[in-house]
Order: sequence, then C-alpha cells, then structure tokens
Amino acid sequence: MRHIISILLENEAGALSRVSALFSARGYNIESLAVAPTNDPSLSRMTIVTSGTEEIIEQIIKQLNKLIDVVTLDDMTEGKHIERELMLVKVNSGDEKREELKRLVDIFRGRIIDVTIDTYTVELTGDSEKLDAFLKAIGEAPILEVVRSGTIGILRGAQALQG
Amino acid sequence: MASKNKEKVELTGAEILVAALKCEGVKEIFGYPGGAVLHIYDALYRQNDINHIMVRHEQAATHAADGYARASGKPGVVLVTSGPGATNAVTGIATAYMDSIPMVVITGQVPTNLIGVDAFQEVDAVGITRPCVKHNFLIKNVKDLALTIKKAFYVATTGRPGPVVVDIPKDITAQKTEFDYPETISMRSYAPVDIADKSGIGNAIDFLLAAKRPMIYAGGGVIIDNASTELAETMHLLGFPLTHTLMGLGGYPATDKQFIGMLGMHGTYEANLGMHNCDVLLAVGARFDDRVTGNVDKFCPTAKIIHIDVDPSSISKNVKVDVPLVGRVSALLREINALLKPRKNEIDTEALKEWWAQINEWRSKDCLKYDKQSEKIKPQYVLEKLYEITEGDAYVTSDVGQHQMWAAQFYHFNRPRRWINSGGLGTMGFGLPAAMGVQLAFPDATVACVTGEGSIQMCIQELSTIKQYSLPIKIINLNNGYLGMVRQWQEFFYQRRYAMSYMESLPDFVKLAESYGHAGFKITKPEDVEGALKEAMKIKDRAVFLDFITDPDENVYPMIPAGGGQNEMILV
Repeated sequence: MRHIISILLENEAGALSRVSALFSARGYNIESLAVAPTNDPSLSRMTIVTSGTEEIIEQIIKQLNKLIDVVTLDDMTEGKHIERELMLVKVNSGDEKREELKRLVDIFRGRIIDVTIDTYTVELTGDSEKLDAFLKAIGEAPILEVVRSGTIGILRGAQALQG
Repeated sequence: MASKNKEKVELTGAEILVAALKCEGVKEIFGYPGGAVLHIYDALYRQNDINHIMVRHEQAATHAADGYARASGKPGVVLVTSGPGATNAVTGIATAYMDSIPMVVITGQVPTNLIGVDAFQEVDAVGITRPCVKHNFLIKNVKDLALTIKKAFYVATTGRPGPVVVDIPKDITAQKTEFDYPETISMRSYAPVDIADKSGIGNAIDFLLAAKRPMIYAGGGVIIDNASTELAETMHLLGFPLTHTLMGLGGYPATDKQFIGMLGMHGTYEANLGMHNCDVLLAVGARFDDRVTGNVDKFCPTAKIIHIDVDPSSISKNVKVDVPLVGRVSALLREINALLKPRKNEIDTEALKEWWAQINEWRSKDCLKYDKQSEKIKPQYVLEKLYEITEGDAYVTSDVGQHQMWAAQFYHFNRPRRWINSGGLGTMGFGLPAAMGVQLAFPDATVACVTGEGSIQMCIQELSTIKQYSLPIKIINLNNGYLGMVRQWQEFFYQRRYAMSYMESLPDFVKLAESYGHAGFKITKPEDVEGALKEAMKIKDRAVFLDFITDPDENVYPMIPAGGGQNEMILV
C-alpha cells in the first residue's frame, strides 16, 4: 500500500543522505521525496511517498525514528490529510491541437506560464492522481518535458507536526 | 578544564579534543598517526593522562577499542588519519555496529578548503561510514568541537550503543577557541528512555505464568546493559530453561542447570528443540538473527513470543512477536521480577516438571560429544582443557569460523563480558587486536585469543603491538590447515569440492612468534595439550603462540543447514 511519511529532521548537511541511504540500504521503495527548510530554519520537512506491506512500513517508520537527525515523523496515510504535487509540463502546441490543449489546461485548473510559437509550458498542482490524469488526457505525443516536485502533505484540522 | 572554570582559556582544536576526551574519562586511545591528525598527536604528546596505543594497522585499532569496550563496558576510542586511515578503520567500525558496541572513532580529514577537491588522502569518511555507524559528524567550526565530542559519547553509550565517527579537518585542529565542556547534554532528536511503555508487562506476566513449555532466549542485550543480576533473579523466580545466543554467552552462568546451551545454527540439540517446541518464549535483548532462527517460517511454531529490546526496530523485524516490551533489559526485568514475586505460586509446576523431563531427555543425547580416543588433537579437547586450566575465568576472544563455535560450545562462560567475539559481522582478524584491548583494560587477567591459522593471519601484524606493550596474551591457534568452516560447508553442500579452503604456505608460527620476541610452541599430540597450556599460563611478560595442529576433518556439530528449521539438525 502507498504511504506518505512526513519527517521533521535537523537541517544539517548530510541529513537528507541519511534518509535516502537508509531506503537504498534496506531495499525500501521511494516513489518520491521532497525536502525543504521550514519556518524554523533549524528544521527541514521531508515528505516521502513509499509503498510496502504493513510489516515493511512499520520497519521503515522504526528505522527512520532511529536516525539521530530525525526529530519527529508521521505516517499521514493513517489520518485525514491533504497532499499536493506541483508539475511543470512543456508541450508542443504548434499544430491544430493548440486550442484543445488550452481547454484541457483550463479543465484541470492549470495555468499556462510560458508560451512560444510552438510550445506551452503548463503549471499544474493537485494530488498525484490528478497530475497523472492530465498527462493521460493530453497524450504522449505533444509532451516535450515533465517536471514533478514529488508529493508534499499536511494534516487536516488543527493538528500539526512540530519539532 | 571543566565548565566550572570561570576563566576561559583559548585552546587549539587538537587541545580541545584531548581535553574533551579527558573530561569523558578516557584512559586509552587506539590509533595510528598520519598527516591530517598531526596536530592531535602533538597535543597527545604534550600530556600524560591519556595513553595512546600504537597499532600496526587501523583495522586493529578499531578491533582493539572494541575489545576494550566489550570487556570493560566503557566506550572504546580510536584515532586515525584521513583517507586510508579512515577506510582501514571501516571493518572495525562495522563490526562494532553489528554487535552494538559503544565506540568513538576520531578520523582526521583534509583541511576544510581542500574538502571535495580530491586532495591527497581525502576520502568522504562521513559518507563511507554512514551505513555502519550509529551516527557521525563532520566538524566545520572549531566552536562546535567540544559539544560534538560530548554528543558523540552520549550517542555511542546510551540507548542501543554503537560506534560514532567524528571527522575533523586538519585546519580545525589548529584553530583556537575557548574550551567549555558541557556536563550534561540533551538532544531534541535523540532521547533514550529506560522503559518506553509499561502497558505490555502485565500481558507478559500472564503469558509467563500460563506457560507449560516455556523458554527464555537471551542475547547480547543482557551483557550490554549489565543485566545479569536481574536475569538471574528472573531465572530463579521462574525456574525456566534458558538458552543464549552467541552474543549472550556469560549473561547467565553456563554451568547452571537451567542453562541448556547456545541455540542456533551450531546450538545444542536441547536448546534448539526447546525453542521449536516451546509454548511461550521470552526473548531478552536478542534480535532474532538468521543464524538463530534458521528458516523463520519454521521458527517456534507453537510459541507466544514476548520480546524485550531497547531498539524498537528490532521488534517484529524478522519474527512477529505477541508482546513487545521496549526499553532497557535491566529496567524491564526489574519490573517483571517485582510483579512475578507475589504471583510465583501461579507457575504450573507440574507442566514445568514434565517439560524439564523432556529437555533432559534431549540433553542426554550429548550432542557435543566427540572422539576422545583420536590420535589427532581434537579442537574441542583443547578448549575443554583451556577451560579447566583457566578455571573458567579467562577472557576469551575469538576470530570467526569453526574455532569460534567450538569456543562458544566448550568454554563455559559463567560471567558476562568474558566472551569477546564478532557475532554479527563475523569479522576474521578480530580476535588478536580485540585481545589487546581486553588485556589493556585488565592488565592482570588471563586473556586467551582462540583463533585459527586462517583468521590469525588477517591481523597478525599486531604481534608487534603486543610486544611493544608487553601484553601476555595466550594465542590458541587451532591449526587444521583449512578455512575450517568453509571446508565444512564444502564437505556438506558442495560434494567435497574444497575450493580455496586449504591453506598452503603457512608460516612457521613458532618462529614467527619468536621473531617478534614472543614465546611459541607447536603441539601435535593430544597428550601434550595440557602441559603446553599450563606452560603458557606461566609466561607473564610476553605473548605465547600455541600452534595446535588439529584434526583437519573435524566438523562443528550440531548444525542446522541453511533454510532448515530448528528441529532439523545434523548431528555427529
């Protein structure tokens, strides 16, 4: 099953590699990983999307907790949460499909953020499934480049992950 | 030097490191100098409180510090230079990591401005050691040095202990700042507790009292947490049989009748069948290693499992447990003992009596028997005699292979911290340098290094260190001319195709030992074994190399073949 694990870790050189090395050394999956500093400059927030059996997820969480740089973490999948991913897509818009592409971007509530005679660059946010759906809708043919940020997530309600 | 001192003096990074080590109570450092650590060596030269042991290879420095830590319970400290100094230390760091041994390893690094440019003797020590340390640090500012050393010792010695590497660039060891060593430390991301959660204890007691065929399986956690007294009380209250892992030996007295031998791949018949047939298993500071469980699908098929461990990630990692108890072994056993005491009468003594009758029947099989009439020296016999002559009171280090298993089976460890071996990583070359560390921690004790002609050659250069520091180590070389455990597997599972397991061109170990200034004896007949051992014990001013020429065909029994269950043992 797919799990979204949010981690607060010390914002120190090497902290990211401790987490990624843990996943590779123990053979765990990483679907995506996003990391950046928080409002507290001494902390980084990392969101990992992973998958595995319940036993594997339990081990992943225990092993992450064991890392000295990890301050706290939460398996978001267990509670109500919001997840978002940002995607930038450069598409070939030079042919008769230019109008249809524009309509699709509107339907998915995306924005065209750069235009040339032959291309559109589209910005789209949403959960991963929505981004997948957009790519499916426009088809393989016009895509020149896809950049995705990886998923980030936050708990619904007043609850917050704090260091 | 401590923080009480009002008037702050400016010290160099090197001086701060040495002062910090003194504050930690460090008496011995094991190391080897080189360019990046010259300032540190100069600071060591200018003081007399810390004794530096000069090894002949950095691997030996880490093993010696490891042996020192295992025997004394104090953290081992290592100092090596950058580049090859650090990489040579890695095997010893990984060895300590696998067995949860507290160690602080200081690695020199190229100056800050040269990091990342492939400088001479530059290696990413923090990157290379990351998977085999509990934690590591790169110092980027001399002002962080004292606090980082404090953190390193704190992390290495608390919770589930382990090695911590501190990488210090050369320029930082020359820069000056005020020295202020904190007396205590707390880290928001690391806060080990004595007991994480008491809620499972009641459940555990109920399982233990309802047991009809109970087993206690105790590992290295008992030794590391100095929990032998608590364990002995649990054993006394319950009257249950106990088996030890390789790492647990000595946690509970081996000569006590409730001890039924080591378990696992080369465990006793009674211990493995006891595990296979038990209905309640109390695992104490053990981690269900594959050498213990055999095939996990066939492991303890009828047992409810209670697991005490300080590391939550050890719980339900390999084997799903019913009652997890996270915390220090000593603290949890104390809780359990207190609750058991008033309910002792609830133990099903009738069922327990039957269970003991069954265990004793298995025991009567005498699974460790060997041919005592042989004209060749049997390795088991050497170890039995070693046990007798040292009255079970020696510190025994070992390397890895058949001799290690025989030492575990035939030297009956009655006290913790006497059995010093590389259990998790299985590092050949560990035994001799580890013995140096043990002998330095306990100068008057008898220290025996049980080894083989394969393992001993992996760190044999340390005969020189041993001479330099006059360490009277007894080297018990069980020389069968083969990498015995490899040969045994090839005999059993590869139709006797002995690929690369025969050792040719062995040195004359007697002459070799003598050339270093030690005593050496070669023993070829069983009737000379006892005399040679007695003779060796009399030599106190140098090491003794006893080269026992043993039966090359002897195998370690019992044996659970890979993939087998605990009831599927090959017996002699």
